[in-house]
Amino acid sequence: MSSTAQVAPYSELRRATLARDRGLREKVMSLEAAAQLVRDGEHVAIGGCTLSRTPMAMIWALIRAQKKNLVISRSITSTEGDLLLASGVSNHVITSWFSQGIVWGVSKIMRHFTERKLARFEEWSHMSMGLRYRAGAMGIPFIPSRSMLGSDVGERVMEQMRSMTCPFTGEQLTLLPALNPDLALIHVQRCDAFGNAQFDGLQFMDIDIAMAAKRVILTTERIISNEQIRRVPDLTRIPFFAVEAVVEVPIGCAPHECYGVYEPFFGALDDYARRVARAPVSGCRQYLEEYYFSAKSWPDYLSKLGLDAMLDACRRGRSVHND
Amino acid sequence: MTEEAQPAPHYTASELLAVMASRLLRDGQIVFAGVGVPLLAATLAQRSHAPHLTILFEGGTIGPFIVPGQLPPSTNEQRCTRRANMVLPITDVLLLLQRGYVDVGFMGGAQIDKFGNLNSSFIGDADNPQIRLPGSGGGNDISSLTDMIVAMKHEKRRFVEKVDFITSPGWLAGQRTRAERGLPYGGMWRVVTDLAIMGFDRDSREMKVLGLNPGVSREQVADNTGFKLMFAENLERVEPPRQRELEVLRELDPERLYTA
Repeated sequence: MSSTAQVAPYSELRRATLARDRGLREKVMSLEAAAQLVRDGEHVAIGGCTLSRTPMAMIWALIRAQKKNLVISRSITSTEGDLLLASGVSNHVITSWFSQGIVWGVSKIMRHFTERKLARFEEWSHMSMGLRYRAGAMGIPFIPSRSMLGSDVGERVMEQMRSMTCPFTGEQLTLLPALNPDLALIHVQRCDAFGNAQFDGLQFMDIDIAMAAKRVILTTERIISNEQIRRVPDLTRIPFFAVEAVVEVPIGCAPHECYGVYEPFFGALDDYARRVARAPVSGCRQYLEEYYFSAKSWPDYLSKLGLDAMLDACRRGRSVHND
Repeated sequence: MTEEAQPAPHYTASELLAVMASRLLRDGQIVFAGVGVPLLAATLAQRSHAPHLTILFEGGTIGPFIVPGQLPPSTNEQRCTRRANMVLPITDVLLLLQRGYVDVGFMGGAQIDKFGNLNSSFIGDADNPQIRLPGSGGGNDISSLTDMIVAMKHEKRRFVEKVDFITSPGWLAGQRTRAERGLPYGGMWRVVTDLAIMGFDRDSREMKVLGLNPGVSREQVADNTGFKLMFAENLERVEPPRQRELEVLRELDPERLYTA
Protein backbone atom coordinates (compact mmCIF):
# COMPACT_ATOMS: atom_id res chain seq x y z
CA MET A 1 0.00 0.00 0.00
CA SER A 2 1.43 3.39 -0.88
CA SER A 3 1.92 5.79 1.96
CA THR A 4 -0.31 8.49 0.53
CA ALA A 5 -3.23 6.04 0.36
CA GLN A 6 -3.24 5.98 4.17
CA VAL A 7 -4.67 9.48 4.37
CA ALA A 8 -8.19 9.91 3.06
CA PRO A 9 -8.36 12.55 0.31
CA TYR A 10 -10.04 15.66 1.68
CA SER A 11 -12.54 15.77 -1.20
CA GLU A 12 -13.68 12.24 -0.37
CA LEU A 13 -14.04 13.10 3.30
CA ARG A 14 -16.12 16.19 2.51
CA ARG A 15 -18.28 14.28 0.04
CA ALA A 16 -18.93 11.46 2.52
CA THR A 17 -19.92 13.95 5.23
CA LEU A 18 -22.21 15.91 2.92
CA ALA A 19 -23.91 12.71 1.79
CA ARG A 20 -24.93 11.80 5.34
CA ASP A 21 -28.40 12.51 6.65
CA ARG A 22 -27.48 15.03 9.32
CA GLY A 23 -31.00 15.97 10.35
CA LEU A 24 -32.28 15.56 13.87
CA ARG A 25 -33.82 12.10 13.42
CA GLU A 26 -34.32 8.99 15.51
CA LYS A 27 -31.89 6.19 14.80
CA VAL A 28 -32.54 3.56 17.43
CA MET A 29 -32.05 0.00 16.21
CA SER A 30 -31.06 -3.50 17.32
CA LEU A 31 -27.51 -4.80 17.65
CA GLU A 32 -28.12 -7.05 14.65
CA ALA A 33 -29.35 -4.18 12.48
CA ALA A 34 -26.39 -2.03 13.52
CA ALA A 35 -24.01 -4.85 12.61
CA GLN A 36 -25.39 -4.70 9.08
CA LEU A 37 -24.04 -1.14 8.78
CA VAL A 38 -20.50 -2.52 8.92
CA ARG A 39 -19.11 -3.72 5.59
CA ASP A 40 -16.33 -6.28 5.17
CA GLY A 41 -12.89 -4.74 4.85
CA GLU A 42 -13.77 -1.46 6.55
CA HIS A 43 -11.62 0.32 9.11
CA VAL A 44 -13.42 0.16 12.45
CA ALA A 45 -12.16 2.27 15.36
CA ILE A 46 -13.07 1.04 18.83
CA GLY A 47 -13.76 3.47 21.65
CA GLY A 48 -12.71 3.15 25.29
CA CYS A 49 -9.33 1.85 26.34
CA THR A 50 -8.06 -1.54 27.57
CA LEU A 51 -10.83 -2.82 29.89
CA SER A 52 -12.88 0.36 29.91
CA ARG A 53 -16.02 1.35 28.03
CA THR A 54 -15.25 -1.26 25.37
CA PRO A 55 -18.29 -1.53 23.06
CA MET A 56 -18.29 -5.26 23.68
CA ALA A 57 -21.90 -5.94 22.72
CA MET A 58 -21.34 -4.36 19.30
CA ILE A 59 -18.14 -6.38 18.84
CA TRP A 60 -20.09 -9.46 19.92
CA ALA A 61 -22.65 -8.71 17.20
CA LEU A 62 -19.95 -8.17 14.53
CA ILE A 63 -18.34 -11.49 15.39
CA ARG A 64 -21.70 -13.26 15.32
CA ALA A 65 -22.39 -11.66 11.91
CA GLN A 66 -19.00 -13.10 10.81
CA LYS A 67 -17.66 -9.92 9.29
CA LYS A 68 -14.43 -10.29 7.34
CA ASN A 69 -11.13 -8.42 6.94
CA LEU A 70 -11.95 -5.52 9.21
CA VAL A 71 -9.06 -3.23 10.04
CA ILE A 72 -9.34 -2.48 13.76
CA SER A 73 -7.83 0.53 15.49
CA ARG A 74 -7.89 1.38 19.20
CA SER A 75 -5.78 3.31 21.69
CA ILE A 76 -4.98 0.13 23.67
CA THR A 77 -6.30 -3.28 22.67
CA SER A 78 -7.34 -5.91 25.21
CA THR A 79 -9.39 -9.14 25.04
CA GLU A 80 -11.65 -7.75 22.30
CA GLY A 81 -8.59 -7.79 20.04
CA ASP A 82 -8.02 -11.48 20.80
CA LEU A 83 -11.63 -12.27 19.93
CA LEU A 84 -11.58 -10.26 16.70
CA LEU A 85 -8.44 -12.09 15.54
CA ALA A 86 -9.45 -15.58 16.66
CA SER A 87 -12.90 -15.24 15.07
CA GLY A 88 -11.37 -14.28 11.72
CA VAL A 89 -13.19 -10.94 11.73
CA SER A 90 -9.95 -8.94 11.61
CA ASN A 91 -6.40 -9.58 10.50
CA HIS A 92 -5.03 -6.08 10.97
CA VAL A 93 -4.93 -4.20 14.27
CA ILE A 94 -3.57 -0.65 14.58
CA THR A 95 -2.87 0.13 18.24
CA SER A 96 -0.27 1.18 20.80
CA TRP A 97 -0.46 -1.86 23.12
CA PHE A 98 -2.07 -5.24 22.69
CA SER A 99 -2.66 -7.74 25.51
CA GLN A 100 -5.40 -8.49 28.02
CA GLY A 101 -3.81 -6.34 30.74
CA ILE A 102 -0.50 -6.23 32.61
CA VAL A 103 -1.64 -8.62 35.35
CA TRP A 104 -2.51 -11.33 32.80
CA GLY A 105 0.77 -11.16 30.83
CA VAL A 106 1.35 -11.12 27.08
CA SER A 107 -1.66 -12.13 24.95
CA LYS A 108 -1.12 -15.62 23.57
CA ILE A 109 -3.66 -14.96 20.81
CA MET A 110 -1.90 -11.79 19.70
CA ARG A 111 1.38 -13.73 19.73
CA HIS A 112 -0.05 -16.66 17.77
CA PHE A 113 -1.52 -14.52 15.01
CA THR A 114 1.28 -11.98 14.68
CA GLU A 115 4.26 -14.32 15.07
CA ARG A 116 2.84 -16.62 12.38
CA LYS A 117 2.07 -13.59 10.22
CA LEU A 118 -1.62 -14.47 10.12
CA ALA A 119 -2.41 -10.94 11.23
CA ARG A 120 -0.72 -7.56 11.36
CA PHE A 121 -0.22 -5.66 14.62
CA GLU A 122 0.71 -2.17 13.49
CA GLU A 123 2.23 -0.38 16.46
CA TRP A 124 2.13 3.39 17.01
CA SER A 125 2.87 5.19 20.27
CA HIS A 126 -0.19 5.97 22.38
CA MET A 127 -0.01 9.73 21.88
CA SER A 128 0.50 9.18 18.15
CA MET A 129 -2.69 7.11 17.95
CA GLY A 130 -4.51 9.94 19.70
CA LEU A 131 -3.03 12.66 17.51
CA ARG A 132 -3.83 10.68 14.36
CA TYR A 133 -7.51 10.51 15.36
CA ARG A 134 -7.39 14.18 16.35
CA ALA A 135 -5.99 15.19 12.96
CA GLY A 136 -8.79 13.14 11.41
CA ALA A 137 -11.32 14.94 13.59
CA MET A 138 -9.82 18.32 12.65
CA GLY A 139 -10.11 17.64 8.93
CA ILE A 140 -6.38 18.03 8.32
CA PRO A 141 -4.16 15.43 6.61
CA PHE A 142 -1.42 15.27 9.25
CA ILE A 143 -0.31 16.67 12.57
CA PRO A 144 3.23 17.41 13.79
CA SER A 145 4.51 15.86 16.99
CA ARG A 146 7.71 15.53 19.01
CA SER A 147 7.28 11.82 19.72
CA MET A 148 8.34 8.64 17.86
CA LEU A 149 11.66 10.22 16.79
CA GLY A 150 14.85 8.18 17.00
CA SER A 151 13.09 4.94 17.96
CA ASP A 152 12.36 1.75 16.05
CA VAL A 153 8.63 2.22 16.65
CA GLY A 154 8.91 5.22 14.37
CA GLU A 155 11.26 3.47 11.93
CA ARG A 156 8.85 0.58 11.51
CA VAL A 157 6.00 2.74 10.26
CA MET A 158 8.25 5.20 8.44
CA GLU A 159 6.59 4.44 5.11
CA GLN A 160 3.43 6.02 6.54
CA MET A 161 5.06 8.75 8.58
CA ARG A 162 7.16 11.73 7.61
CA SER A 163 9.56 13.88 9.50
CA MET A 164 10.27 17.49 8.78
CA THR A 165 12.33 20.43 9.85
CA CYS A 166 10.01 23.02 11.33
CA PRO A 167 9.77 26.02 8.99
CA PHE A 168 9.54 28.37 12.02
CA THR A 169 12.10 26.98 14.47
CA GLY A 170 14.27 24.55 12.54
CA GLU A 171 13.45 21.70 14.94
CA GLN A 172 12.93 18.11 13.86
CA LEU A 173 9.30 16.99 14.00
CA THR A 174 7.31 13.86 13.23
CA LEU A 175 4.35 14.23 10.88
CA LEU A 176 1.59 11.81 11.79
CA PRO A 177 -0.96 10.90 9.10
CA ALA A 178 -4.61 11.53 10.00
CA LEU A 179 -6.83 8.54 10.75
CA ASN A 180 -10.39 8.75 9.45
CA PRO A 181 -11.96 5.38 10.30
CA ASP A 182 -14.92 4.21 8.23
CA LEU A 183 -16.72 3.52 11.48
CA ALA A 184 -16.39 4.25 15.16
CA LEU A 185 -17.97 1.96 17.76
CA ILE A 186 -18.50 3.82 21.02
CA HIS A 187 -20.27 2.80 24.21
CA VAL A 188 -21.65 5.49 26.53
CA GLN A 189 -23.61 5.67 29.76
CA ARG A 190 -26.48 7.55 28.10
CA CYS A 191 -27.63 9.20 24.91
CA ASP A 192 -30.92 10.20 23.30
CA ALA A 193 -32.64 8.57 20.33
CA PHE A 194 -30.95 11.09 18.00
CA GLY A 195 -27.45 10.15 19.17
CA ASN A 196 -26.56 13.07 21.45
CA ALA A 197 -24.14 11.22 23.70
CA GLN A 198 -23.07 11.97 27.24
CA PHE A 199 -20.51 9.93 29.05
CA ASP A 200 -18.98 9.95 32.51
CA GLY A 201 -15.49 9.35 33.81
CA LEU A 202 -12.53 8.77 31.59
CA GLN A 203 -13.01 10.01 28.04
CA PHE A 204 -10.17 8.13 26.37
CA MET A 205 -10.05 9.10 22.66
CA ASP A 206 -13.76 8.77 22.08
CA ILE A 207 -14.62 12.33 21.04
CA ASP A 208 -11.81 12.45 18.48
CA ILE A 209 -12.66 8.98 17.19
CA ALA A 210 -16.31 9.94 16.75
CA MET A 211 -15.49 13.16 14.93
CA ALA A 212 -12.81 11.54 12.75
CA ALA A 213 -14.98 8.60 11.68
CA LYS A 214 -17.22 8.56 8.63
CA ARG A 215 -20.00 6.84 10.61
CA VAL A 216 -20.56 6.26 14.34
CA ILE A 217 -22.45 3.41 15.98
CA LEU A 218 -23.34 4.27 19.57
CA THR A 219 -24.26 1.65 22.10
CA THR A 220 -25.59 2.97 25.37
CA GLU A 221 -26.46 1.78 28.84
CA ARG A 222 -29.73 3.68 28.50
CA ILE A 223 -31.56 5.95 26.12
CA ILE A 224 -32.75 9.17 27.70
CA SER A 225 -35.03 11.85 26.28
CA ASN A 226 -33.85 14.76 24.18
CA GLU A 227 -35.31 17.00 26.91
CA GLN A 228 -32.91 15.48 29.44
CA ILE A 229 -30.01 16.15 27.07
CA ARG A 230 -31.10 19.76 26.57
CA ARG A 231 -31.19 20.37 30.33
CA VAL A 232 -27.43 19.74 30.55
CA PRO A 233 -26.02 20.29 27.04
CA ASP A 234 -22.60 21.02 28.52
CA LEU A 235 -22.33 17.30 29.27
CA THR A 236 -22.96 16.24 25.67
CA ARG A 237 -19.70 15.06 24.13
CA ILE A 238 -20.75 13.65 20.76
CA PRO A 239 -23.31 15.54 18.64
CA PHE A 240 -26.24 13.70 17.05
CA PHE A 241 -25.26 14.51 13.46
CA ALA A 242 -22.08 12.44 13.72
CA VAL A 243 -24.06 9.38 14.75
CA GLU A 244 -25.55 6.75 12.44
CA ALA A 245 -27.09 4.29 14.88
CA VAL A 246 -28.12 4.12 18.53
CA VAL A 247 -28.48 0.78 20.27
CA GLU A 248 -29.59 0.45 23.88
CA VAL A 249 -27.56 -2.36 25.51
CA PRO A 250 -27.50 -2.43 29.31
CA ILE A 251 -24.23 -3.89 30.65
CA GLY A 252 -22.96 -3.53 27.09
CA CYS A 253 -19.25 -3.61 27.99
CA ALA A 254 -19.23 -6.86 29.99
CA PRO A 255 -16.85 -8.35 30.99
CA HIS A 256 -15.08 -4.99 30.72
CA GLU A 257 -16.14 -1.94 32.75
CA CYS A 258 -18.39 1.05 32.24
CA TYR A 259 -17.51 3.93 34.56
CA GLY A 260 -19.88 4.37 37.47
CA VAL A 261 -22.07 1.45 36.38
CA TYR A 262 -19.90 -1.66 36.66
CA GLU A 263 -16.23 -2.50 37.11
CA PRO A 264 -14.56 -5.34 35.16
CA PHE A 265 -15.93 -8.84 35.73
CA PHE A 266 -12.60 -10.06 37.12
CA GLY A 267 -13.72 -13.68 37.52
CA ALA A 268 -14.73 -13.87 33.86
CA LEU A 269 -11.47 -12.23 32.77
CA ASP A 270 -9.43 -14.71 34.85
CA ASP A 271 -11.45 -17.58 33.40
CA TYR A 272 -10.82 -16.34 29.85
CA ALA A 273 -7.09 -15.98 30.59
CA ARG A 274 -6.94 -19.56 31.95
CA ARG A 275 -8.65 -21.01 28.89
CA VAL A 276 -6.33 -19.17 26.52
CA ALA A 277 -3.25 -20.07 28.57
CA ARG A 278 -4.09 -23.78 28.31
CA ALA A 279 -4.64 -23.79 24.54
CA PRO A 280 -4.46 -20.36 22.93
CA VAL A 281 -6.40 -20.71 19.69
CA SER A 282 -8.71 -23.60 20.51
CA GLY A 283 -9.32 -22.15 23.98
CA CYS A 284 -10.32 -18.82 22.48
CA ARG A 285 -12.49 -20.43 19.81
CA GLN A 286 -14.21 -22.56 22.41
CA TYR A 287 -14.87 -19.40 24.39
CA LEU A 288 -16.35 -17.81 21.26
CA GLU A 289 -18.55 -20.83 20.66
CA GLU A 290 -19.80 -20.83 24.23
CA TYR A 291 -20.27 -17.11 24.86
CA TYR A 292 -20.75 -15.71 21.37
CA PHE A 293 -22.24 -18.16 18.91
CA SER A 294 -24.41 -20.25 21.20
CA ALA A 295 -25.80 -17.30 23.16
CA LYS A 296 -29.33 -16.52 22.01
CA SER A 297 -29.12 -12.82 22.79
CA TRP A 298 -27.01 -10.29 24.70
CA PRO A 299 -29.03 -10.93 27.88
CA ASP A 300 -28.39 -14.65 27.36
CA TYR A 301 -24.64 -13.88 27.08
CA LEU A 302 -24.91 -11.93 30.34
CA SER A 303 -26.66 -14.82 32.04
CA LYS A 304 -23.71 -17.02 31.05
CA LEU A 305 -21.44 -14.59 32.90
CA GLY A 306 -23.72 -15.12 35.90
CA LEU A 307 -25.94 -12.97 38.04
CA ASP A 308 -23.55 -13.07 41.02
CA ALA A 309 -20.69 -11.83 38.87
CA MET A 310 -22.86 -9.07 37.45
CA LEU A 311 -24.10 -7.88 40.80
CA ASP A 312 -20.55 -7.86 42.15
CA ALA A 313 -19.28 -5.88 39.15
CA CYS A 314 -22.19 -3.42 39.50
CA ARG A 315 -21.67 -2.98 43.23
CA ARG A 316 -18.00 -2.14 42.63
CA GLY A 317 -18.87 0.04 39.64
CA ARG A 318 -21.39 2.16 41.49
CA SER A 319 -19.03 2.57 44.44
CA VAL A 320 -17.53 5.65 42.73
CA HIS A 321 -20.72 7.48 43.73
CA ASN A 322 -20.38 6.53 47.38
CA ASP A 323 -18.55 9.54 48.74
CA MET B 1 15.13 5.97 65.81
CA THR B 2 13.67 3.03 67.63
CA GLU B 3 13.65 1.34 64.24
CA GLU B 4 17.39 0.85 64.40
CA ALA B 5 17.06 -1.39 67.38
CA GLN B 6 14.64 -3.69 65.58
CA PRO B 7 15.79 -6.59 63.39
CA ALA B 8 15.92 -5.84 59.65
CA PRO B 9 12.46 -6.43 58.17
CA HIS B 10 11.91 -9.05 55.50
CA TYR B 11 10.82 -7.83 52.10
CA THR B 12 10.36 -9.08 48.55
CA ALA B 13 12.35 -7.93 45.51
CA SER B 14 9.34 -5.97 44.24
CA GLU B 15 8.91 -4.24 47.59
CA LEU B 16 12.57 -3.26 47.53
CA LEU B 17 12.14 -1.83 44.03
CA ALA B 18 9.11 0.20 45.08
CA VAL B 19 10.87 1.58 48.17
CA MET B 20 14.06 2.53 46.34
CA ALA B 21 12.14 4.14 43.52
CA SER B 22 9.93 6.12 45.88
CA ARG B 23 13.00 7.65 47.49
CA LEU B 24 14.02 9.07 44.10
CA LEU B 25 10.84 11.11 43.84
CA ARG B 26 10.72 14.61 45.29
CA ASP B 27 7.96 16.69 46.76
CA GLY B 28 6.07 18.83 44.28
CA GLN B 29 6.97 16.76 41.25
CA ILE B 30 4.53 15.72 38.54
CA VAL B 31 5.02 12.05 37.82
CA PHE B 32 3.65 10.04 34.93
CA ALA B 33 3.23 6.58 36.47
CA GLY B 34 2.42 3.16 35.11
CA VAL B 35 0.55 0.57 37.18
CA GLY B 36 2.42 -1.89 39.40
CA VAL B 37 5.67 -0.86 41.06
CA PRO B 38 5.66 2.71 39.62
CA LEU B 39 2.23 3.47 41.07
CA LEU B 40 3.09 1.88 44.42
CA ALA B 41 6.33 3.84 44.57
CA ALA B 42 4.68 7.15 43.71
CA THR B 43 1.92 6.57 46.28
CA LEU B 44 4.49 5.60 48.90
CA ALA B 45 6.39 8.82 48.17
CA GLN B 46 3.16 10.81 48.62
CA ARG B 47 2.62 9.22 52.00
CA SER B 48 6.15 9.79 53.23
CA HIS B 49 8.39 12.59 52.01
CA ALA B 50 6.45 13.96 49.02
CA PRO B 51 2.87 14.85 50.01
CA HIS B 52 2.59 17.38 47.16
CA LEU B 53 3.61 14.95 44.45
CA THR B 54 1.04 14.65 41.64
CA ILE B 55 0.44 11.40 39.79
CA LEU B 56 -0.66 11.42 36.16
CA PHE B 57 -2.19 8.34 34.57
CA GLU B 58 -2.05 7.68 30.87
CA GLY B 59 -5.77 6.81 30.89
CA GLY B 60 -6.41 10.53 31.49
CA THR B 61 -6.21 11.36 35.19
CA ILE B 62 -4.53 14.17 37.08
CA GLY B 63 -3.79 13.69 40.75
CA PRO B 64 -5.83 10.68 41.91
CA PHE B 65 -5.45 8.94 45.26
CA ILE B 66 -5.44 5.18 45.17
CA VAL B 67 -7.76 3.38 47.55
CA PRO B 68 -5.76 0.73 49.46
CA GLY B 69 -6.61 -2.76 48.25
CA GLN B 70 -8.18 -1.42 45.05
CA LEU B 71 -5.19 -1.17 42.77
CA PRO B 72 -6.17 -0.65 39.15
CA PRO B 73 -5.31 -3.39 36.61
CA SER B 74 -4.30 -0.69 34.10
CA THR B 75 -4.20 3.10 34.09
CA ASN B 76 -7.53 3.18 32.31
CA GLU B 77 -10.14 2.02 34.83
CA GLN B 78 -12.39 4.00 37.12
CA ARG B 79 -10.15 3.01 40.04
CA CYS B 80 -7.61 5.43 38.57
CA THR B 81 -9.93 8.40 38.99
CA ARG B 82 -10.69 8.32 42.72
CA ARG B 83 -10.56 11.79 44.19
CA ALA B 84 -8.65 13.06 41.15
CA ASN B 85 -8.36 16.76 40.36
CA MET B 86 -9.26 16.24 36.73
CA VAL B 87 -10.02 13.61 34.14
CA LEU B 88 -9.16 14.41 30.55
CA PRO B 89 -8.79 12.61 27.21
CA ILE B 90 -5.79 10.31 26.80
CA THR B 91 -4.30 12.44 24.03
CA ASP B 92 -4.42 15.52 26.25
CA VAL B 93 -2.82 13.92 29.28
CA LEU B 94 -0.02 12.67 27.04
CA LEU B 95 0.31 16.15 25.51
CA LEU B 96 1.19 17.45 29.00
CA LEU B 97 4.50 15.65 28.42
CA GLN B 98 5.05 17.49 25.17
CA ARG B 99 4.05 20.79 26.74
CA GLY B 100 6.69 20.22 29.43
CA TYR B 101 4.61 19.88 32.60
CA VAL B 102 5.95 16.48 33.63
CA ASP B 103 9.08 16.00 35.77
CA VAL B 104 9.41 12.25 35.74
CA GLY B 105 8.08 9.33 33.75
CA PHE B 106 8.13 6.09 35.65
CA MET B 107 7.59 2.63 34.23
CA GLY B 108 8.61 -1.02 34.28
CA GLY B 109 10.80 -2.53 31.61
CA ALA B 110 11.16 -5.84 29.76
CA GLN B 111 14.60 -5.31 28.19
CA ILE B 112 17.09 -2.45 28.51
CA ASP B 113 20.49 -1.76 26.99
CA LYS B 114 23.59 0.10 28.12
CA PHE B 115 22.28 3.41 26.78
CA GLY B 116 18.95 3.00 28.56
CA ASN B 117 16.88 2.19 25.50
CA LEU B 118 13.87 0.04 26.33
CA ASN B 119 12.28 -2.73 24.33
CA SER B 120 8.70 -3.83 24.93
CA SER B 121 7.87 -4.76 21.33
CA PHE B 122 9.86 -7.70 19.93
CA ILE B 123 12.24 -10.37 21.21
CA GLY B 124 14.38 -11.33 18.24
CA ASP B 125 14.16 -9.81 14.77
CA ALA B 126 11.14 -7.54 14.39
CA ASP B 127 10.30 -9.06 10.99
CA ASN B 128 10.53 -12.57 12.37
CA PRO B 129 10.18 -12.31 16.13
CA GLN B 130 10.58 -15.10 18.67
CA ILE B 131 8.12 -13.21 20.84
CA ARG B 132 5.81 -10.36 19.94
CA LEU B 133 5.46 -8.27 23.10
CA PRO B 134 2.52 -5.92 23.82
CA GLY B 135 4.24 -2.79 22.47
CA SER B 136 4.81 0.82 23.41
CA GLY B 137 1.59 2.05 24.92
CA GLY B 138 2.65 5.50 26.12
CA GLY B 139 6.20 4.30 26.75
CA ASN B 140 7.62 5.82 23.60
CA ASP B 141 5.94 9.18 24.27
CA ILE B 142 6.93 9.35 27.92
CA SER B 143 10.56 8.43 27.31
CA SER B 144 10.77 10.77 24.32
CA LEU B 145 9.59 13.77 26.30
CA THR B 146 10.66 13.58 29.95
CA ASP B 147 13.22 12.22 32.45
CA MET B 148 12.69 8.55 33.08
CA ILE B 149 12.90 6.14 35.99
CA VAL B 150 12.63 2.46 35.16
CA ALA B 151 12.09 -0.27 37.76
CA MET B 152 12.86 -3.82 36.65
CA LYS B 153 14.36 -7.17 37.59
CA HIS B 154 18.11 -7.39 37.17
CA GLU B 155 18.75 -10.34 34.86
CA LYS B 156 21.34 -10.89 32.16
CA ARG B 157 18.70 -11.51 29.50
CA ARG B 158 17.02 -8.20 30.37
CA PHE B 159 20.22 -6.12 30.57
CA VAL B 160 21.66 -6.45 27.09
CA GLU B 161 24.40 -4.70 25.10
CA LYS B 162 21.85 -3.58 22.51
CA VAL B 163 18.09 -4.06 22.64
CA ASP B 164 16.48 -6.00 19.80
CA PHE B 165 14.17 -3.06 19.14
CA ILE B 166 14.00 0.46 20.55
CA THR B 167 10.42 0.92 21.70
CA SER B 168 11.15 3.70 24.20
CA PRO B 169 14.23 5.79 23.45
CA GLY B 170 16.90 6.23 26.10
CA TRP B 171 20.19 7.80 25.06
CA LEU B 172 19.99 5.95 21.68
CA ALA B 173 23.64 5.33 20.65
CA GLY B 174 25.08 7.37 23.51
CA GLN B 175 26.86 10.74 23.64
CA ARG B 176 24.69 13.36 21.92
CA THR B 177 22.75 11.05 19.61
CA ARG B 178 19.45 11.50 21.44
CA ALA B 179 19.40 15.26 20.91
CA GLU B 180 20.71 14.91 17.37
CA ARG B 181 17.79 12.66 16.42
CA GLY B 182 15.26 15.24 17.51
CA LEU B 183 14.85 14.50 21.23
CA PRO B 184 16.46 17.46 23.02
CA TYR B 185 14.61 16.91 26.33
CA GLY B 186 14.29 14.07 28.81
CA GLY B 187 16.18 10.81 28.75
CA MET B 188 16.81 7.80 30.96
CA TRP B 189 17.69 9.10 34.44
CA ARG B 190 17.62 6.16 36.85
CA VAL B 191 17.27 2.40 36.58
CA VAL B 192 16.24 0.73 39.81
CA THR B 193 16.62 -3.03 40.16
CA ASP B 194 16.58 -5.70 42.86
CA LEU B 195 20.42 -5.46 42.88
CA ALA B 196 21.38 -1.85 42.35
CA ILE B 197 20.55 1.67 41.36
CA MET B 198 22.02 3.04 38.16
CA GLY B 199 22.35 6.31 36.33
CA PHE B 200 24.07 7.26 33.08
CA ASP B 201 27.49 8.79 32.48
CA ARG B 202 27.17 12.47 31.66
CA ASP B 203 29.35 12.29 28.54
CA SER B 204 29.17 8.79 27.10
CA ARG B 205 25.62 8.18 28.37
CA GLU B 206 26.53 4.61 29.31
CA MET B 207 24.82 2.96 32.25
CA LYS B 208 26.69 3.47 35.51
CA VAL B 209 26.10 1.84 38.88
CA LEU B 210 25.52 4.51 41.53
CA GLY B 211 24.58 2.35 44.51
CA LEU B 212 24.34 -1.25 45.63
CA ASN B 213 21.35 -2.77 47.39
CA PRO B 214 21.81 -4.26 50.86
CA GLY B 215 23.99 -7.37 50.73
CA VAL B 216 24.75 -7.06 47.01
CA SER B 217 28.33 -7.06 45.64
CA ARG B 218 29.77 -5.38 42.54
CA GLU B 219 30.47 -8.82 41.08
CA GLN B 220 26.85 -9.89 41.53
CA VAL B 221 25.66 -6.85 39.59
CA ALA B 222 28.25 -7.37 36.85
CA ASP B 223 27.44 -11.09 36.59
CA ASN B 224 23.74 -10.35 36.03
CA THR B 225 24.36 -7.73 33.35
CA GLY B 226 24.91 -8.56 29.68
CA PHE B 227 27.31 -5.68 29.04
CA LYS B 228 30.21 -3.97 30.76
CA LEU B 229 28.84 -1.66 33.42
CA MET B 230 30.54 1.49 34.62
CA PHE B 231 30.73 1.97 38.40
CA ALA B 232 30.68 5.33 40.15
CA GLU B 233 33.81 6.17 42.14
CA ASN B 234 31.95 6.43 45.41
CA LEU B 235 29.33 3.73 45.43
CA GLU B 236 26.37 4.49 47.62
CA ARG B 237 25.16 1.76 49.97
CA VAL B 238 21.38 1.69 49.68
CA GLU B 239 19.57 1.79 53.00
CA PRO B 240 17.23 -1.22 53.38
CA PRO B 241 13.46 -0.64 53.37
CA ARG B 242 12.14 0.68 56.65
CA GLN B 243 9.29 -1.00 58.46
CA ARG B 244 7.10 2.04 57.87
CA GLU B 245 7.70 1.96 54.10
CA LEU B 246 6.84 -1.74 53.92
CA GLU B 247 3.68 -1.20 55.95
CA VAL B 248 2.43 1.39 53.47
CA LEU B 249 3.12 -0.91 50.52
CA ARG B 250 1.35 -3.82 52.20
CA GLU B 251 -1.61 -1.65 53.03
CA LEU B 252 -1.86 -0.54 49.39
CA ASP B 253 -1.40 -4.03 47.95
CA PRO B 254 -2.71 -6.48 50.57
CA GLU B 255 -3.25 -9.21 47.98
CA ARG B 256 0.34 -8.84 46.75
CA LEU B 257 -0.74 -8.35 43.15
CA TYR B 258 2.38 -6.38 42.35
CA THR B 259 4.66 -7.02 45.33
CA ALA B 260 4.77 -10.84 45.60
